[in-house]
Amino acid sequence: MNTTLTDRLRGQLPLLVTSFLLLVMFAGGSVQYEGFFSGQVLLNLLIDNAFLLVVAIGMTFVILTGGIDLSVGAVVALSTMVSAWLVEQHHWPIAVVIPLVLVLGTGLGWVMGWVIHTFEIQPFIVTLAGMFLARGLCYTISVESISITDSSYTTMAQTHISLPGGTFLSPSALIAVLVAVAAFVVLHFTRFGRNVYALGGSEQSALLMGLPVARTRIAVYAVSGFCSALGGVLLTFYMLSGYGLHAVGLELDAIAAVVIGGTLLTGGSGYLVGTVLGVAVLGLIQTIISFQGTLSSWWTRIVIGALLFVFIVLQRLITARRRT
Amino acid sequence: MTKHRLFWPAAVLVVMLLANLFFTPDFFAVRIKDGHLYGSLVDILHFGAPLILVALGMTLVIATGGIDLSVGSTVAIAGALACLHISEASDPGSVSTVLVAVALALAVALVLGAVNGLLVSRIGVQPIVATLILMVAGRGVAQLITDGQIITITSDPYRLIGGGYWLTVPFSVLLAGAMVGLALLLTRSTALGLLLESVGGNPVASRLVGIRALRLLTLVYVVSAVCAAVAGLMISSNVSAADGNNAGLWIELDAILAVVIGGTSLNGGRFSIGGTVIGALVIQTLSTTIYTIGIPPETTLVFKAAVVITVCLVQSPQFRAKVAHRRSVSRAGRSSESAAAADLKAGA
Repeated sequence: MNTTLTDRLRGQLPLLVTSFLLLVMFAGGSVQYEGFFSGQVLLNLLIDNAFLLVVAIGMTFVILTGGIDLSVGAVVALSTMVSAWLVEQHHWPIAVVIPLVLVLGTGLGWVMGWVIHTFEIQPFIVTLAGMFLARGLCYTISVESISITDSSYTTMAQTHISLPGGTFLSPSALIAVLVAVAAFVVLHFTRFGRNVYALGGSEQSALLMGLPVARTRIAVYAVSGFCSALGGVLLTFYMLSGYGLHAVGLELDAIAAVVIGGTLLTGGSGYLVGTVLGVAVLGLIQTIISFQGTLSSWWTRIVIGALLFVFIVLQRLITARRRT
Repeated sequence: MTKHRLFWPAAVLVVMLLANLFFTPDFFAVRIKDGHLYGSLVDILHFGAPLILVALGMTLVIATGGIDLSVGSTVAIAGALACLHISEASDPGSVSTVLVAVALALAVALVLGAVNGLLVSRIGVQPIVATLILMVAGRGVAQLITDGQIITITSDPYRLIGGGYWLTVPFSVLLAGAMVGLALLLTRSTALGLLLESVGGNPVASRLVGIRALRLLTLVYVVSAVCAAVAGLMISSNVSAADGNNAGLWIELDAILAVVIGGTSLNGGRFSIGGTVIGALVIQTLSTTIYTIGIPPETTLVFKAAVVITVCLVQSPQFRAKVAHRRSVSRAGRSSESAAAADLKAGA
């Protein structure tokens, strides 16, 4: 009885630590800086990181199966590029462009998943090729940044959804929240979600239990591709431009968010809520550094690296103890 | 057998070099001007030297079944530290200043490599994750060292490392050659190579037969970091500047690609230093070719993607089996090998 309770607590420990960290950071920021303690600062976290949240949610699916997707940043960039190119230079309507981009991203993810599964090549190397391909395709469209002046995009960028207390959200932030809710339901309340966890826990067992391993594995990369493309669409709203150098290093931020959120990189164990908290931690680091003013932006990367270190060692200690 | 493994990477390299003749007829011309060797071939070696070094370290890491994503950041940190020391020294042109700068960079690389190695061997973190930490934080550290600026320096002895000539040959080529030679000697004339392959093949079994697997694991990450640091010195020396943000960007991916092209399996347990050198030269030749043909250099990535996928498919036993099955040739083993070879040729 007692052991199961402590075991359970131990499993939740990364999530608890992340929540605690978030509280401490927010409290510290509120004490330190004037104007930090407000609902809008919290909402801005969501507005500024909506695309990262969506991408990290896709990454959570992949990492839960024990895989990894390095192509997400490049697919985001490709989505911004294709959107900008079609909208600005071919004057396609937004209602055609966005579904097209989403299908493109999903298709790319599906193909990568298919190659990974069929030929048993490491996900790391296949998605690396996907990353090269997507970034390269950006440059075949244009080496320069294409800015978007289309009215439907600028409307999406400027719309404010008013909330009580004089605060507001952007449409992108709302979409990100909806994606998070949908992913939460899928992961925790559907057969597909349970298959994802089972596959990450032990592929051998999943196979022996008769779970659709092939379909599940390919699907998580398709989900990640879809999320990356959607993240790209949200980034297009945010940046109002398409550029091959958008979202460089985003894959690392996404992986970092997932890890800080308590998902095991070996797969099989993790929480979607953790990923949301992880993105919040990354966003909060940036907010604090911008409030501080004297700290340079590269401190963000160092702090993220240090946090990754702490969380990975923590994860390791927890899993090591569980196994013995 | 070894000869066989190196044949296809080498053939790809030769085909790529020959292809250049179409675009630059005097591609193979090497001439001596002012006592220095000049020519496209020399350029490929010269610009490819840092990649060869990083890929050399990467080969040893991959041989143990690991991977080192942090080399790009190590490249940036090493160059930044060395340039910072030289720029702040009272006598930037003196040999002693440069030696201290180099020693500083190498010492930091030792520490960074040891951290990676200990994370992997003692704490048991997956290599891709352990080195991801330094990959993320390292760029920040490099920018912290250079204060976000590009540090430019003027120091003749430092310039020698990556941009100078010695005995009419670029010094960087000699340095890379010497380190590759040393690595070949250590791994092929001593038992070290065998031990590495054993640890990569099965770390537990290796430990049980008495190999100090953990120590060896730590060591390869240290070697990889030192190789990256020397490459970082070369890159910053060649342009006489340290750029924390862009030095060594994407080099970890190129290095992994070089290793894979060279026929080393990403699963560990088998490696070929000669193959890696050829692989690095293939990548450098690809970049040079694309540049000389006049294709926008950025689209190199599309070609690299094609190369990565082709090489990996060729390495995949499942792919070989499928191709062999489709061609329905009775001898599966032989046909898959020739089919794989044909695909490699077609893809590259």
